[in-house]
Amino acid sequence: MEETPFYIESYVSIKESSIAFNGKNVFCSETKDLQLFLKKAYKARISNYPKFHKMDLLSQLALLASECILKPESHSSINKNTALIFANHASSLETDRKHQSSITDKNNYYPSPSVFVYTLPNICLGEISIKHQLHTENCFLVMPSFSPKDFLIQTNYLLKSGKAEKVLCGWVNLDANNYEAFLYLVSNTGAIKHNETEILELYTK
Amino acid sequence: MTKIYLSHSTIISALGFSTEENIRNVEANISGVKLIDDTSYFHSPFYGSIIDKDRLHSAYKKLEYNMEASVLEQAMICSLAEVISASKLKISSKTGLIISTTKGNINALNKQDQSSAYLSVLAQKIKTVFGFKQQPIVVSNACVSGVLALSVAKRYLLENEYDNVFVVSGDLVSEFILSGFNSFQAMSAEPCKPYDAKRKGINIGEAVASILVTKSTANLSEDAVELLGESSINDANHISGPSRIGEGLSRSITIALKEAGLKATDIDYISAHGTATLFNDNMEAEAFNRIGLQKTPVNSYKAYYGHTLGTSGLLETILAMQSLHKNTLFTSLGFTNLGTNKALNVISKNKKTTLTYALKTASGFGGVNTAVVFKKIY
Repeated sequence: MEETPFYIESYVSIKESSIAFNGKNVFCSETKDLQLFLKKAYKARISNYPKFHKMDLLSQLALLASECILKPESHSSINKNTALIFANHASSLETDRKHQSSITDKNNYYPSPSVFVYTLPNICLGEISIKHQLHTENCFLVMPSFSPKDFLIQTNYLLKSGKAEKVLCGWVNLDANNYEAFLYLVSNTGAIKHNETEILELYTK
Repeated sequence: MTKIYLSHSTIISALGFSTEENIRNVEANISGVKLIDDTSYFHSPFYGSIIDKDRLHSAYKKLEYNMEASVLEQAMICSLAEVISASKLKISSKTGLIISTTKGNINALNKQDQSSAYLSVLAQKIKTVFGFKQQPIVVSNACVSGVLALSVAKRYLLENEYDNVFVVSGDLVSEFILSGFNSFQAMSAEPCKPYDAKRKGINIGEAVASILVTKSTANLSEDAVELLGESSINDANHISGPSRIGEGLSRSITIALKEAGLKATDIDYISAHGTATLFNDNMEAEAFNRIGLQKTPVNSYKAYYGHTLGTSGLLETILAMQSLHKNTLFTSLGFTNLGTNKALNVISKNKKTTLTYALKTASGFGGVNTAVVFKKIY
C-alpha cells in the first residue's frame, strides 16, 4: 500500500469501564454496568450537555469517546471540517431489541419515536455533529470486526480529495453486555503514521 | 484521471423484477403503492408497496442455489445474480461487494436464533453465494444508504482497492419499520403526494436493487452514466428532522457540483428525495433555491414505490439513469399543486427532452444528506 502523508493525531479507547486517551488512563469506574458507567463518565468528562441523557447507549458511548478528541482542551480549536467515518459489528441491534420488545405483544403495544429514531447506527454521527456543529462528511459502515484497511481507504480518499481536513474514525460497538469504542483522529499533522499497522496497534493496545 | 461509471442494474419491486419492467411502469405512470390489508406486514391496513413474494420465490428457485434464504436474501441474490451476469465480469480479489440496508433481516429478532439479524451475517451470505474474495462492507446510514453506497464504492475504486464494486441495496416492509414511522405520525393514510399542497406524509415500500460501479468502459450498459461528484454532509441540527434551511443538503449539492466541475444551471434533471412529509419537501425546496436549482425539473419517485428506505437512493439513481437514457422526464406522481414554501419545477407530466446531467439527492434520520451528480455516456 502506498504511503500517504497523513498522521494519527490522537486516539481514545473505552472498554472495561475505563477511558484511555492517547494511551493514558483518564477515567475508570468500578461498575460493570454500561449504563451506570456512561452516567459516571458523563459527570466526570462532560457534565453540561443534558441531551446526553436522551440518547441511546450507542450514541452515549460514541459521544463520550468523541468528547476526548474533540473537546477544546485537547486541541487549540476544533477543525470544523472534520469528517466522521464510523463502523461497528452490531449496528443498532441493542436499541432494535428495545423497539422490538415494544411491539411484540399486541396487548402491550407501545412503540415510541424516541426509541425508534435510534434504531439506525448512524444516529450517533448526528449526535456528534450536533454537539460540535460539524457540517461534514458522514458515513456509517457495518463489518464483522474492526477492519483498519476499510477505515484507511475511506479516510485517505476524504483527505486527499480535500473533502475533509481531518477525519474522526470510530469503532463503536455495543451488543448485550459487550461494548467497546476506539476513535482516532487523522490529519496531516501528528506523530503516528496513518497506516494499517499503526491503526491496528493502537486498537489492540 | 480515473473515471467512475455506474452500469448494469436491476430493480425488484412492486413494479417489476427488472429495471426494464420497472421503467415501463414508471413511464406509464403506474404506481406500486396500494392499500395493504395483511397482518403479516402490519396490524392495521396501510398504503405501501410490496414485492410479489410468490414471484420472488419462484425466481429464486429457478436460480438453483438450493440454499435456504430469507425474503430479503432471495431478492438480493436474484437481483445481484442478474447484474453480475450482465456485467460479464469474473469475480476476483479486485472485485468489491457493498450491501446497503437500514434494517436487513430485522424480522429475525422474532426468532430463537437472532444471528441473521446481524448485517455482517447477511453480507457474508451474499458473499458466499457469489464467491466474492474480499470481505463485503455494509453501508447503513439511514435513508441515504443506497446512494451513499455509490460514493463509498467510488472511494474504494479511486483508492485502487478494487477495479469493480457490485452494490446491492435492500430493505423490506415490516412491523418493526411501520410501527416506528407510525409512532412518528409520519405515515399518510392515502397514497403519498410529494411536493403537493395536500401532502400528508409518507408511504413505506420495499425494493431491492443492484448495480455495478466500475472504472472500466468495457461492456457498459446502454443507460450507463459517469459518476462526476458526490458528497454526504450532516445538518448538525436534529436527529429526526431536517434542517429547515436545508443546510446539509445544500452543502452536499455544492460539493458534488464542484467536484463535477459543473454549475447548478448545467443540471438537466433532479431526482430528489420527496418523501411527502411537510418538513422534508420544504427543506428540499429551501436547499434547491439556495443553490439556484428551483427551475430545474425535479421529481420524486416515492408515489410509485413508497419510501424504500435503504434502497431508495439506489433505486432512484437507476430510474434517473433511465430518465437520461430515454431523454424523458418522468411525472412526479401524486403532484398537482405546489405545496412547498419555496418554488420548485416539479415535473407534472412525462416530457421528452434532451438530458445529459442529473443530480440525485437523499436525506435521512441522523441529519444526513447525500448528493450525487452524474452524466449520460451514450
